[in-house]
Amino acid sequence: MSISVERIWWRPLDREEKIWVTIALIWCLGTFFMMPVWHVIAKQNTPNESYKVSVDDFEKLVTAFNEKYKVGVDENSGLPIVHPPVGSDVYLAGTGIWQWSSILELEVGKQYRLHLSSIKGGGAEAWQHGFSIVSSKFNANLMMIPGYDNVLTVTPTEAGEYGLICNEFCGIGHHLMAGKIIVKG
Amino acid sequence: MAEQFRTCPTTGLKVHLPAEALIKVNAVAAVVCLLVGGIAALLVLLTRWPAIHLLNEEWFYRLLTAHALDMLIAWIIFFEVAGLYFGSTVLLNNRLPAPKVGWVAFILMVVGGALINFSVLAGRATVAFTSYVPLMAKPEYYLGIILFAVGALTAVLHFFAALVVAKKEKTYEGSLPIVTFGLMCAATIAVFTLLHGAAFYIPTFLWSAGILPHIDPMMYRLAFWALGHASQQINVCAMVAMWYLIATLTTGAKPLNEKLCRTAFLLYVLFINVASEHHLLTDPALSIWHKIANTGYVMHLAVLASMIHAFAIPAMIEVAQRKKGFTKGWFEWLKKAPWGNPAFASMFISLIGFGFVGGITGVTFGNMQISMIRHNTWSITGHFHGTVVLGTTLAFMGITYYIVPLIFRRQIFSETMAKLSPYFFGGGVFLFSNAMMFAGGYGIPRRHWDVTFAGASIPFQFDPTAFFFIALTGLGGLLAIIGGALYVLNTVASVFIGKKIK
Repeated sequence: MSISVERIWWRPLDREEKIWVTIALIWCLGTFFMMPVWHVIAKQNTPNESYKVSVDDFEKLVTAFNEKYKVGVDENSGLPIVHPPVGSDVYLAGTGIWQWSSILELEVGKQYRLHLSSIKGGGAEAWQHGFSIVSSKFNANLMMIPGYDNVLTVTPTEAGEYGLICNEFCGIGHHLMAGKIIVKG
Repeated sequence: MAEQFRTCPTTGLKVHLPAEALIKVNAVAAVVCLLVGGIAALLVLLTRWPAIHLLNEEWFYRLLTAHALDMLIAWIIFFEVAGLYFGSTVLLNNRLPAPKVGWVAFILMVVGGALINFSVLAGRATVAFTSYVPLMAKPEYYLGIILFAVGALTAVLHFFAALVVAKKEKTYEGSLPIVTFGLMCAATIAVFTLLHGAAFYIPTFLWSAGILPHIDPMMYRLAFWALGHASQQINVCAMVAMWYLIATLTTGAKPLNEKLCRTAFLLYVLFINVASEHHLLTDPALSIWHKIANTGYVMHLAVLASMIHAFAIPAMIEVAQRKKGFTKGWFEWLKKAPWGNPAFASMFISLIGFGFVGGITGVTFGNMQISMIRHNTWSITGHFHGTVVLGTTLAFMGITYYIVPLIFRRQIFSETMAKLSPYFFGGGVFLFSNAMMFAGGYGIPRRHWDVTFAGASIPFQFDPTAFFFIALTGLGGLLAIIGGALYVLNTVASVFIGKKIK
């Protein structure tokens, strides 16, 4: 037996096929147009501002920021609790020893520019980390890439404590990277 | 050369014996990798289930890395290589032009796969599947992947050479059969995908060997996903080709309109590779409009292709069934379909599962705002188990029930096991993927040893409801592993102790 396929390329589509392809195409065009449309009308978007910055320079920014606005120390973890002024630039990083650089204290209804990246922080390397903020109402996830400053403009809308975990595999201490952000009313 | 062929008594097809040998070894290697990856899957599953939490963190991350590589790379690509040889020789009455090259490719892939497994299991490459820099594996890990990829690329080029030979020697008439056409599209995507792989695995290997000082993490991510995303489209293409093959073998169905089906395959080749920035939607460095152009624009023409196959395959089965007299009402054709035939059951569950579990969630999570909610959560893991496990793996399992009698010339060892396997596996992965996606909705991260954060210095707790879905994931996973074990045992038993077919 030999396999042969009739050359039937000229055969027009049947009615059902035309209807299906048209519906599918319209649906595809719809989802395509919604990508830019959501970006314009949605209230929560991924950041569209980022910079290249050396890991060491970002670490300096984080250290200076922590020292300047430190209001306390978390007993268990030893992390500084940092309360930056309203509207200021806020620096937060995941560290090479699988910790967060601070516990932030923000205020409800005020806008901040949150700079996210990764630093060595006493560890061997600045790993890639995942910034994942989790509460009972929502979660949001952004990447923290060493050498890049991912800038999120954010306005907390509700007071409370928000869990912060790393969700990009960053090595053997990955599962210990719990932290929090406190929003004061 | 005549003695190099045998004629298949069932189908009347001419089988080139050197090609047959290569199909056999690649298929066996695939099933061995599925077994290793499956054992890793069980151990990973039992660790992520907080009630059991089996492995320590070190072994968990090792086996998670091994699971991904043995399944997504080794099992699927070995099987695809077997499929490529099958589609370019048996289906075309053709010979494989250079069997020795086929053996070199096979050996490269085996050596590469062995190196990868050694490196990962010895704890020298606990970097997860993505090996995001600056996580660094020992050089042999990257070398293993490079060798495997060179082997796979050799096999793909060999496939193209076989197509040229078939055309020249006029072994078939008219157009290529649609299955071979689909495999050709898969092979085309494979070529540029593997070249992307070379673009970052080679520099990363040199970096690990201490020759290059630095790899930029964002450049790495961009190049990695040009491989990582596009390579999944090889699987999609190969899977759809298997759907057509199984539909024809089990019900005698023929595509209603070859033009439509083939255009859909071409849409995959042309458009699906651009969607790679889905993985980078929450990353810095790329602008919003860059991401929208990449993930929103022509990608939807590839979605259109899947929509076309989703129509064309059930339609061709319906027409074939109605011709057999199953004409009562709207759905008698489906009700009376050969559900007891494991190949048909696998194909249909794969088709439904790929579309509704894997495909729709892929398009949804690929939306920028939704990506921000789902990125790196367990939802993503749920999504791609819907595509590559429920879709690709199950379709490949289905065609095995024809490869064993036709190529290995052995009867299937146990028909009962064969009948049960697709339902356990399909049902299991269906539950597993969906439960995983719900858990991810609560923020449960992927690739995580302990979501209870028992050892963390700052206490953290997920919504307790999430743990209900984690337990469901565990149950679904166990069902899938039972189905997978039935498949592996049955296939191995068939190949080694199954009754010989003369």
